Amino acid sequence: MRVALFITCIGDAVTPEVGRATVAVLERLGHEVSFPAEQTCCGQMHINSGYRAEADRLGERFMEVFDGCEVIVSPSSSCVGTMRELHPALRGRLFELSELLVHKLGVTDVGASFPHSVVYHPTCHSLRVTNVGDAPLQLLRAVAGLELVELPDARECCGFGGTFAIKNADTSTAMVIDKCAAIVSTGASVVTAVDSSCLLQIGGRLSREGAEVRTMHLAEILAHAASG
Amino acid sequence: MSGARGGPQPGDGAMNAAMRPFPAAAGEALRDTRLRANLAGATHTIREKRNRVVAEVPDWPQLREAGRAIKVEVLAHLDTYLEAFEQAVTDAGGHVHWAPDAAAANQVVLDVARAHQVSEIVKVKSLTTDEIGLNDALAAGGVHAIETDLAELILQLDGDWSSHILVPAIHLNRTEIRDLFRATIADPSLGDDPRELAEASRRYLRERFLTARMAVSGANFGVADSGTVCVVESEGNGRMCTTLPPVLVTILGIEKLVPTFGDLEVFLQLLPRSSTGERMNPYTSLWTGVTPGDGPQEFHVVLLDGGRTRVLADQVGRQALHCIRCSACLNVCPVYSRTGGHAYGSIYPGPIGAILTPQLYGIEAAPTLPFASSLCGACYEVCPVMIDIPSVLLHLREKAVAAGAKPGERLAMKAVSWIFGGRRRFAAAARLGRLGQRPLVRRGRIVRLPAPLAAWTRTRDLRPLSSESFRDWWERRR
Repeated sequence: MRVALFITCIGDAVTPEVGRATVAVLERLGHEVSFPAEQTCCGQMHINSGYRAEADRLGERFMEVFDGCEVIVSPSSSCVGTMRELHPALRGRLFELSELLVHKLGVTDVGASFPHSVVYHPTCHSLRVTNVGDAPLQLLRAVAGLELVELPDARECCGFGGTFAIKNADTSTAMVIDKCAAIVSTGASVVTAVDSSCLLQIGGRLSREGAEVRTMHLAEILAHAASG
Repeated sequence: MSGARGGPQPGDGAMNAAMRPFPAAAGEALRDTRLRANLAGATHTIREKRNRVVAEVPDWPQLREAGRAIKVEVLAHLDTYLEAFEQAVTDAGGHVHWAPDAAAANQVVLDVARAHQVSEIVKVKSLTTDEIGLNDALAAGGVHAIETDLAELILQLDGDWSSHILVPAIHLNRTEIRDLFRATIADPSLGDDPRELAEASRRYLRERFLTARMAVSGANFGVADSGTVCVVESEGNGRMCTTLPPVLVTILGIEKLVPTFGDLEVFLQLLPRSSTGERMNPYTSLWTGVTPGDGPQEFHVVLLDGGRTRVLADQVGRQALHCIRCSACLNVCPVYSRTGGHAYGSIYPGPIGAILTPQLYGIEAAPTLPFASSLCGACYEVCPVMIDIPSVLLHLREKAVAAGAKPGERLAMKAVSWIFGGRRRFAAAARLGRLGQRPLVRRGRIVRLPAPLAAWTRTRDLRPLSSESFRDWWERRR
């Protein structure tokens, strides 16, 4: 299948390893990945901050850039959910990575191997906006050697929330401190999720606390092949 | 006791003049470790109880849908239902008053009290009377209002105000309450066993119920076709108020109507499970006008607008009027469960308060409230009448920006949107950022940034921009 990749602004500039991993997983499964070069940002930050007109322009731009792409994938549930809510025409066309693999392609075992203990943080938008369900967990359970550890109070928000993390920094921090305490309490060596933005928040706090736990996007774990 | 003692008192917008921006108020609340502990314990307990009893109901999604549909219908034809309700109440021997604002509603109560030469009234817990600042208005007119709901009584004795829709004194623990009772209504020998505390309040209140000649209540529902008023409570003190004194005045927000008596069936299932996590509500009082020889012999209903018609005019925001005040959204909210209700500066706290307060009082009065959410969506998920709180928050954020965003923020947002308007601009900005961040990166992390990003790095490290963007890698790979 030919799949167009929407990398997202954060994925392009801050966490390119997530995009590289997404490409690796899809190509390993025999799919052809394209990257429409004109793409930039979906406009979610603007919507969430009250700048609707700017967001609408970026949303329309997205629709033009991806015009003609039958299947679009993105390693960000938050951007996918937002775009699908704003542009219902994207339903059935735009997928978050785990959704695409499990629900559209019917794959759970992507041939990955990752011999580490992992906790999965279900991000709010993946749960309640994009509704990826347990697709990420199905994928993780099929990874060779991976020990999936349960995260206490998993459904609690990490406190990112876009500009919320800045505008309400004290509250956001109180939330991420509790999230990190829950993660550390499991003794897992890796925390994973399907949103790089939330992982920046969690990783930023874990790093500040000097915790040993690493953050990794789901795509990175899935890209870890048996041969290394 | 609580840091918020003496904080802004709600009532007719006056609260808003004193209202602090949410981030500052929240920051203060977050530093109160005892408040944090009280809240975390209480909200998690109610949350789990609610989840357990909701899971028992196989048709919960259909019930929610029905609740939403009834509210949509009522709001779409509110004028008709209000007139039908007025007619039915009048036919049953009651008096109906129309109050465009808080002052008018308070005046009705004061006039009734004066007509009966009453200087003391008893009250059943009512958010609406808190909203209009009734107690203060009555006090100014020489009438003392006694709160009879246990939690409301605690707050009244403490000179404090509610921080939760359903558990108004959620921010206090029993030791704090024992100390308060010892200082006000009980002996110094009083212990902190909940039963002892309840008994002390019972002894104090029983006397008031038996001597009061007038009562004031709010209401959970008004039934348009029968004129019936419904109050849902769990202590029985409300029923004392609505049955013992000979004169009763009920303040009813105009959005609280349901079309028919049968519609209560839906809400009396949704409300107790969502609010207290109970399968059935303990005390549900229903009365229709006046029944000769039984209960109050004079009954008034005050229909309060108080900004509601303005909310109704907003097609996105009007769903806030569906609210049945269950408080499930407060208990699941990651923000509320850490900051508590006082930070919201309004009698309506939490996610529902964040969309109700700026609409009732105007966005200028509470411009920071729509931003007091991470948009996690937990509120929408539990709302028994399916209010899409995150969408209304976004709608109100747009209004807040239009009403006056910080010039620096507006400029930055416009600039970022311009940069995202073209891939070369975006790539150039990223290159510039990579250069600019160099002096800030230490061992692969940014630990200190200038304002406004300092708000991030005060408590969290930040990953720097990657040395090679994805698109550069993609190009190189071709």
